[in-house]
Amino acid sequence: MSQRPTALLREGLAPERHPFRAFTERFFRARGAKLATAFLLFVFGCALFAPLVAGDPFTGGPDALLPPLTGGYLLGTDHLGRDLWSQLVYGARISLTVGVLAALSALVIGVVVGAVSGYVGGWVDAILMRVAEFFQTLPRFVVALIVVAIFGADLWKTILILALLSWPQTARVVRTSYVSLKDAAFVDAARVGGMGSVAIVVKEILPNVAAPIIVITSLDVATAILLEAGLGFFGLGDPNNPSWGSMLNEAQQYLRVAWWMSVFPGLAIALTVQSFNVLGDALNDAMNPRLRDRS
Amino acid sequence: MRAGELALFAAKRLLLAIPLLLAVAVVNFGLVQLAPGDPALILVGDYPAPPEYVEQVRADFGLDRPIPEQLARYLWQLAQGNLGYSFANRQPVLDLVLDRLGATLKLTLTALTFAAVVGVLLGVLAAIYRGTRIDGGVQAFTLAGYSVPEFWLGQLLILLFAIHLGWLPSQGAQSLRGPTEGLAGFLDSLRYLVLPAFALSFRYLALIARMTRASLLEVVNADFILAARARGASEASVLFVHALKNAAPPVITVIGYNLGFILAGAALIETVFGWPGIGRLLFDSITRRDYPVMTAILLLVAATVVVANLVTDIVHARLDPRVTYK
Repeated sequence: MSQRPTALLREGLAPERHPFRAFTERFFRARGAKLATAFLLFVFGCALFAPLVAGDPFTGGPDALLPPLTGGYLLGTDHLGRDLWSQLVYGARISLTVGVLAALSALVIGVVVGAVSGYVGGWVDAILMRVAEFFQTLPRFVVALIVVAIFGADLWKTILILALLSWPQTARVVRTSYVSLKDAAFVDAARVGGMGSVAIVVKEILPNVAAPIIVITSLDVATAILLEAGLGFFGLGDPNNPSWGSMLNEAQQYLRVAWWMSVFPGLAIALTVQSFNVLGDALNDAMNPRLRDRS
Repeated sequence: MRAGELALFAAKRLLLAIPLLLAVAVVNFGLVQLAPGDPALILVGDYPAPPEYVEQVRADFGLDRPIPEQLARYLWQLAQGNLGYSFANRQPVLDLVLDRLGATLKLTLTALTFAAVVGVLLGVLAAIYRGTRIDGGVQAFTLAGYSVPEFWLGQLLILLFAIHLGWLPSQGAQSLRGPTEGLAGFLDSLRYLVLPAFALSFRYLALIARMTRASLLEVVNADFILAARARGASEASVLFVHALKNAAPPVITVIGYNLGFILAGAALIETVFGWPGIGRLLFDSITRRDYPVMTAILLLVAATVVVANLVTDIVHARLDPRVTYK
């Protein structure tokens, strides 16, 4: 990777700044990063304080299929007379929970598998990487659909399944960096200093892969939200916890009479997923300043 | 890569694909085993079937035998092309799938072609006008392509073009009482194809545009481009002959490796547009808890992806002389 000498010079001569400030500066310089962060804060805020910002999402009434801004409903009502805004806010809880927990679980699985694979090596490594390759080949959405259809559409099962289908990328990154770092001087030093294998992986190796796996995790949240929305649209959302995807499933039958039932939940999904994608790109820019000039 | 080497490489990749296909079948078997309830009933489906048939399935698949023997029997049935029988439809699963294969191929191949052509064009445009408003527009579009759920895009297209403007039909693959043959029939079916094919291609198109742009920008600074310019090649020739040809392998890899996107998307899009294909069949089978159809479709989709990856690798090796394989 070639770097322009002037850029090197500039970075070398730049006055020492607090690393976190430098990070946030680079982060917010990325296109759309401020907007995406603001939107995500808004969505997380709504989800967290749902009872304060929304009414009862489950109880219907006589006011069925009212358009937005009529009858005192901001976004209108659905076919059972339920307030769409309240459903959207409570749906955010489900979509975000699934997205974030599935991505975090995938992160944990990926780090453990990648570290074991890189550290142990040999046939364990060969087998684990074949398994990872197999999982990457599987068409994720179709597998998730059928597994959820067979085992039941419960929130926690959905999270587990999405996590099981999303870990290989993280595992590969962690493994590669372990393989390339295990003979590095600082790792040797730690080993000579009497540090155990697990401690070396956690304290010496992991910080070096933090940047790429944080980015991958952010993008995984976006993918998991999309996958969950697809499951919900197929009628495989948790019936006790309706998500944005389930709302679009109901909207399908009422497209001709109630456009708002489709437009708002879809917009919520698209903007949230977009924000996580932008966040991932911005984190990438902020944590790999040397890569900035390439795109 | 020479023809002989290529054939050898193809053979080796094929050998690697076989364990993957086997693994897919084993996972399918595992799902049936791990599912709550009687595996015989899972193989038959929730739809009421005569008890004699349930017993026959139990015997055919040896469900009272040890697991390894069951697995062997399951694989044996698959090898004979027996994907099971759907009581919900009173038809063998294989027939059900073959009936709908044409509609799905029509939809997915149209979307694929559209995405590839327009995606490459947008990517080239963005690369030529790098850093300008055109580039920014393409980049914003590709980012949106990653974020918009395709089935919601389908609903939006129906709202706008079918319901609001009334230009295009929203459900089905052709008019029920319209012409079905000749030019009139073809034009009629095209009107039904436009919206679902566009919705299905969107995400893929974004991916291809993004990869084309990135790949072109990687090669435009290469020495051979400078050499071509120095020889006096026209800008158009530099771009389309020298640069695009060398930027092609990663783009083709992206197209081939993400075929799963199109297949998964087809399940959703066919449901939105009432398209009579395999995706719609999958939706119906899930609604009816028709397990034989569900597991058979999973097997077929996974097998298609494995084969698509294999073909992609071979095409890639054919195109890129630098690729060598151990």
